[in-house]
Amino acid sequence: MNNPPETSLQSEKALKRLRRRRAADTRFRMYGLAALGFALFSLVFLISAIAWKASGAVTYHVVKTDIVLTPERIAPDGNASPEEITRNIEGFYTLVRDDLFARFPNAGDSLPVRQDFSALVDRLAVLPLARRVARHPSLIGQSVTVQVPVSDDVDLFLKRSSPRSIPFRIGAGAQISPGQGGGMVLTQPDLDSVRATLTALGEHDGVPSVFVTSQGAVARLSDLGDEAASFELLAGDVADFGGTPLKGLIVTVPESRRTISDLQIAWALALRSEGVIRRVPHTSLLTRTDSTYPELAGSLAAIVGSLLTMLVTGMVAIPMGIFAAIFLEEFAPKNRLTQLIEVNINNLAAVPSIVFGLLGATLLLGTFGLPRSAPLVGGLVLALLILPVVIIAARAALRAVPPSIRSGALAVGASRMQAVFHHVLPLAFPGMLTGAILGMARALGETAPLLLIGMVAFVAEVPSSTTDEATALPVLIYSWASNAERAWEPMTAAVIVILLALLVIMNVIVVMLRRKFERRW
Amino acid sequence: MDTTAQTDHDPALTGEGADKAQALVYPRIDCKDVSVFYSGKQAVFDVSLPVYDRSVTALIGPSGCGKSTFLRCLNRMNDTIDGAKVTGEIFMDGENINSPEVDPVLLRSRVGMVFQKPNPFPKSIYDNIAYGPRIHGLVEDRQELDAIVEKSLRRAGLWQEVKDRLAQPGTSLSGGQQQRLCIARAIAVRPEVILMDEPCSSLDPIATARIEELIDELRKRYCIVIVTHSMQQAARVSQRTAFFHLGHLVEMGDTDQIFTSPRERRTEDYITGRFG
Amino acid sequence: MVQQLGQLPMGWLLTALLVFVVTTGFSVGRIRAERYLVSGGHKFHSRGNYHGYYVAMWGLLPTLLIAAVYVLFSQTAVFGLLNSELPEGFHTLSKAELQSYLEAVAGAAKTGGYAGADRIFATVTSRFLELSGSLKAATLAAMSLSAIGGIAYARRKVAPDFRARLKVERGAEAFLFLCAAIAIATTVGIVASLLYESLRFFAQVPVTDFLFGTRWNAQTSAEFGALPLFFGTFMIALIAMFVAAPIGLFAAIYLSEYASVRTRRYMKPLLEMLAGIPTVVYGFFALLVIAPGVRAAALGINSLLINIGVTSEPFLAAQPTSALAAGLVMGVMVIPFVSSLSDDVINAVPQTLRDAAFAMGATKSETIKQIILPAALPGIVASMLLAVSRAIGETMIVVMAAGQRARISFDPSTDLTTITVQIVALLTGETQFDSPKTLSAFALGLVLFLVTLGFNLIALRVVQRYREKYE
Repeated sequence: MNNPPETSLQSEKALKRLRRRRAADTRFRMYGLAALGFALFSLVFLISAIAWKASGAVTYHVVKTDIVLTPERIAPDGNASPEEITRNIEGFYTLVRDDLFARFPNAGDSLPVRQDFSALVDRLAVLPLARRVARHPSLIGQSVTVQVPVSDDVDLFLKRSSPRSIPFRIGAGAQISPGQGGGMVLTQPDLDSVRATLTALGEHDGVPSVFVTSQGAVARLSDLGDEAASFELLAGDVADFGGTPLKGLIVTVPESRRTISDLQIAWALALRSEGVIRRVPHTSLLTRTDSTYPELAGSLAAIVGSLLTMLVTGMVAIPMGIFAAIFLEEFAPKNRLTQLIEVNINNLAAVPSIVFGLLGATLLLGTFGLPRSAPLVGGLVLALLILPVVIIAARAALRAVPPSIRSGALAVGASRMQAVFHHVLPLAFPGMLTGAILGMARALGETAPLLLIGMVAFVAEVPSSTTDEATALPVLIYSWASNAERAWEPMTAAVIVILLALLVIMNVIVVMLRRKFERRW
Repeated sequence: MDTTAQTDHDPALTGEGADKAQALVYPRIDCKDVSVFYSGKQAVFDVSLPVYDRSVTALIGPSGCGKSTFLRCLNRMNDTIDGAKVTGEIFMDGENINSPEVDPVLLRSRVGMVFQKPNPFPKSIYDNIAYGPRIHGLVEDRQELDAIVEKSLRRAGLWQEVKDRLAQPGTSLSGGQQQRLCIARAIAVRPEVILMDEPCSSLDPIATARIEELIDELRKRYCIVIVTHSMQQAARVSQRTAFFHLGHLVEMGDTDQIFTSPRERRTEDYITGRFG
Repeated sequence: MVQQLGQLPMGWLLTALLVFVVTTGFSVGRIRAERYLVSGGHKFHSRGNYHGYYVAMWGLLPTLLIAAVYVLFSQTAVFGLLNSELPEGFHTLSKAELQSYLEAVAGAAKTGGYAGADRIFATVTSRFLELSGSLKAATLAAMSLSAIGGIAYARRKVAPDFRARLKVERGAEAFLFLCAAIAIATTVGIVASLLYESLRFFAQVPVTDFLFGTRWNAQTSAEFGALPLFFGTFMIALIAMFVAAPIGLFAAIYLSEYASVRTRRYMKPLLEMLAGIPTVVYGFFALLVIAPGVRAAALGINSLLINIGVTSEPFLAAQPTSALAAGLVMGVMVIPFVSSLSDDVINAVPQTLRDAAFAMGATKSETIKQIILPAALPGIVASMLLAVSRAIGETMIVVMAAGQRARISFDPSTDLTTITVQIVALLTGETQFDSPKTLSAFALGLVLFLVTLGFNLIALRVVQRYREKYE
């Protein structure tokens, strides 16, 4: 085997051409990989962007304080009927606000200051408290612990998400002395970082605000000199600044360009350092209904609305779809009509969902006069929408049952109907069920048709029947996403996470069913 | 072993009427201890087999005996199957084609293959033949390509039947014609070896007879390895026969010898129809 | 008294009555059949249960029909009656105002909380309760009577040689057929309702103005030229396909030709997850993440162009919502529609063709490009058509991220509006059912339905032909 001859496997020209072809081959493979990578990246990006947004709504800030439910406030006319108590939101609100306001004796009592202070908590936030008292009138005159959410502006500020704020530290060498006009002067503070940040931020319609806090006291920078910095006291006393190290905060947006004022910031920071404002899990997102105030809004009504809608959809689409599939697969004669039905089903599966909404709006609402915004109508429309999906899946499941089962049943004298219902159906059922669940998952995420039948209405009551006004999770997402305030963004993302979690659960059930009943004939 | 094999790159152009006895002297392909595994399961066991030029070597044996799998080693078609692994050495002109340095793409241009079922591309007859020369860059211009197409179709005995409808799809031909088209397509790349995997199994007897004639004709120019389940066919077209059983090469030799006086008991049982 | 009947919870009552009829019918039939058996010697054609089913069927059928009529038409009927009795002043109200007044009445009647309302409202509500109460009572009575009649009729038929099983099975088969026919009914319903409302629209606005007019201003003034909507729909679908077609196709090629079995098993469901995410989620994502990104990029390009002196005016519109943002996200959404079907058709290309190409010495990419893709082309085209149809009909992404302004502009950073966006805009909020504004939504719906139907029919046809070829 010496001197192997030069063959065409190694000829110069062939190798050169081959290298080129190989390079093209690799490139092509890379295109495929890149396409797959892009698709997966999009998926991950989408999910993580939403999860990251939603993380901002996992907790929120509440005011937790003890107040005495004085009868003069709660039932000023001496009328303590439940209706009157519930109606007297103002009384409860005043109690809570005054309790908080009493902590700032230096704030003055002018109307603008009071109004400013009132914006820390929205009026409607005390409604649950009012309802609780209305249910238990014995609470009147007692001291109760109340927990009410702070307004969305304060919440966003304390979460440092809007307006953006940068914390800084002040060196221990700073000397604190009272300044003129109730202010405070810091001598020899190390404020280089603050100076640098302020320079970097520049001035757009005003200067960023700089705060220092210690315990319950908050002061705002009024003049930054080389040796000393003078501060204006917004909450607490100068005495509070002694002892513990100072903490600083730069709010990057000038006061004129944000919805939360410097005073409100000071109060919020002071209340937080005293533990009155605290961060708690945002359970009200699941236990409350919709509201115009983000911090008071929850998705309960939409969740119940979605469940009621799904109930109607499931009760209509699943049996109908399965029966239709049984007819088409087991009994249908091969004729024009059957063919027409088949073509119809395939086409319906690809009709845009909004067209089903139009059908619901004219036929169900118009012709039949069914109630607007009701889960009944929504459920029926979605049932028609997913019917093709259920039918197609159920037919596949029936087709997977080998004909030998049918022949076996027929051979022992069963009628066709008996063969199908006693022998084929039980075997095909898991497959049908997975198709049905997938169809339901599609219905759960569907929005457009529900908009057209009016399920986009603002619903503050949890619906109790399928003819009540209701909304659904995806519609709630849509309406929250259309709101302007920043605070809705994390809330919307959180509802999306709830919706996706429901969908994931449904899909996991499908996978488990498939695993369990996977059968090879 | 003497492998100063002849370096005739294009046997199609030379070697007309080569002497059979002389051709048998040099193995064109020489397999040493070839084993094939599918996902860890061994399908072919240590097969050593020389294949001679200008002759037809038939691989026979009961179905599932590994003869097709072995055939697919000769142009490394097993590379395209997930989980398939080939060990051992296969020398072609003194070079181990099973080594990773050898590019299967170039190897396959030298070792053509014809499959069990005729599988013309969904293209015109002309493009079917022209496909190989085009991708391998064997031609410079259209005229040259036309010449190759005509020559290949002539060699495959199909020219007279299709010369007026070269633009029609290859799938419009009858089964036997399709298989000859596939043979012509293989020839067009000017291979040295042609592998045939039961090329007649899906054809009727008349078409089979035509293909067998064609094989006999092609033998003058190429080295042919054919897998067949028909012993009559092996006896008719081949000069040498190898008998496979359960992945093992049981016996090989001149076709006459194998069919008249097999050395192995199993070969005899198979040939006389006691199993298989 | 009659007023109190109006408060009856009909949903539960109807269900209970139907269940009662079925169980009674079943036991009546069965007991009768068994009595024959006990009395001795009879050989039954069908088992006792089937006689039970038979009788139950006869009891259920008329009752169910009455219940269905009640559910579908009771509200309309009561409103109609009430309408004719309303005092003079109500006739000045528009149809929509009247409808909402009546709905308020129905709502108050349900909760019973109308005591403190104004006198007319209270009177109307109590009259409403009277009317619906008598209707409810009449319905329940009719149902009971028909059930008794049906059961009595069927009971007489029970006899040893009565072929109850055949009758029951025939009835069941008819029921199964009805379920399947719902598909046709749905299509007929869609076509009929869209056509009916569209014709009413076209009676007021000429078809040609609608199809070829270039000014759309349905909300404020009566301008119904839908061309800008068609343009916006087309433009966004085009952007979506620029994303989805190459990505979907190459992903399908990679999965079916290159990926190992393991990779494929995990990647395919992941890819299909993209189709399972609700579109409202995509819309939120487009609005919150992509649209600001597109805007920032457009602003960047603007200032770059101005800086290097190509233009002095901003070149791109750089709107907060844009066709590009909606199109990009929609493209991602339809990737699986392209890849899934393409993957199927690529896999359907016979392995023998791949073998043939490999045996000729073709590389993998040559095999794919020159043999497999041409063979699978019809199916791939079909998958693209289905994806386009999906993109055209998609609603939420465009509603949230594309904009409301109807105009024709090739600037991808501008906001465009689409057919579906306008349908939603026209039909949410207060709607008057007779105004051309509302009706135009149905004309748009008809166009949307016809266009998507066309795409789907062609695609399904192509796929079917393709399947036949390789099976």
